Amino acid sequence: MITKLLLILFTSIFIENYVFTKFYGICPFIATTKKASSALGMGLAVAVVMTLSGAVTWALYRFVLVPYDLIYLKTIAFLLVIGFFVQLLELVLKAYLPSLCEELGIYLPLIATNCAVLGTCLTNVAGFKSTFDHFATAVVYSFGSSLGLLLAMLLFAAVRSRLKEDMIPKAFRGLPIALISAGLCALAFAGFSRLSF
Amino acid sequence: MKKLWSVFKTAAVERNAVFVQFLGICPALAVATTAKNGIFLGIAVTVVLLFSGLVVSLLRKLIPSPIRIVSYLVILSSFVTVLGLLTEAYLPAVQTSLGMFFPLIVVNCLILGRAEAFASQNSPLPSLADGLGTGVGFTLVLTVVGAIRELLGSGTLLGGTAWEWKIPAFQPISVFLLPAGALFVLGFLAAGVNALQSHLEEKGRRKEKKG
Repeated sequence: MITKLLLILFTSIFIENYVFTKFYGICPFIATTKKASSALGMGLAVAVVMTLSGAVTWALYRFVLVPYDLIYLKTIAFLLVIGFFVQLLELVLKAYLPSLCEELGIYLPLIATNCAVLGTCLTNVAGFKSTFDHFATAVVYSFGSSLGLLLAMLLFAAVRSRLKEDMIPKAFRGLPIALISAGLCALAFAGFSRLSF
Repeated sequence: MKKLWSVFKTAAVERNAVFVQFLGICPALAVATTAKNGIFLGIAVTVVLLFSGLVVSLLRKLIPSPIRIVSYLVILSSFVTVLGLLTEAYLPAVQTSLGMFFPLIVVNCLILGRAEAFASQNSPLPSLADGLGTGVGFTLVLTVVGAIRELLGSGTLLGGTAWEWKIPAFQPISVFLLPAGALFVLGFLAAGVNALQSHLEEKGRRKEKKG
């Protein structure tokens, strides 16, 4: 069991990295990685929401949606759970870490609409009968995916902070060079994809 | 009527979803591996944008401000669930090619963003125009990206449809089918758009100086 959990953790961070392999967390990825501090803050915020939502939605699926034959409601139900946690996070941050709240700005409520979070929840239940047959697997996968996202964001923030603006042709400054650099990072991560368990 | 057209045009071009607002990049990159996928996802997003824009606009005076994000999410997810069930029944091929990204249309920052920024503050008809414009702009970008990736990555265009066209004697560069390739294509396209924009601005400025 422990081995399985460790494998899931490793897979979710490197082999199926949320940003570079599966493409889920791109919005906050590009938006908040101009500075390492906002990348870290955003990554941790998403990690909290993702882990909690992943756990709760799995339980919801297992104990409510499946037994009562309400699987088609999963999108709506999961979104409500995610929205709830994001709102909660916003309240907690406003009270204890207002500077982080300000730094993340509009992207904090947008965590609720983040493909990464909903993607995790949906992946958890998609593999319901096979890999994710136990609560612990869902928690570990959600946590691992968020770590992968955080890792990707920190790496990318480091790259972006070293791109000297004046050496880049005018048309490429800003978004284009960010996308191309992200592409190079993604290529590097593609090396991991040959490992499979 | 003229106002509607200008709303449509602004949403499609000047405030283009992908290049100007940077919204909706997730599905743009993941799904657009072929022109066909690009078109399908673009159309799906446009449909959801239209309906949700309409509903949000009609209900805008009734939804209290603190819970508006949650209400938008509920409205959106209902539409996407319905659309998903319909697609599964009548167009299963589309469902499989879009895969996991179909339900993720709901959380597409694009749709929520438009609902929040436009539909919640404007009457139904302009909201429809805006939704259509945003969707069309988005579909165009997706189709172009998909077409480029398909041409370079598998050497075909509109593969899997009746209009398939193969580049003769071409060794495809498969990196373009990977996420890395998507990021490259989008990066170069964005640079191209930037260059075009600054060129047009230059022309505009020169015209102004002369006149």
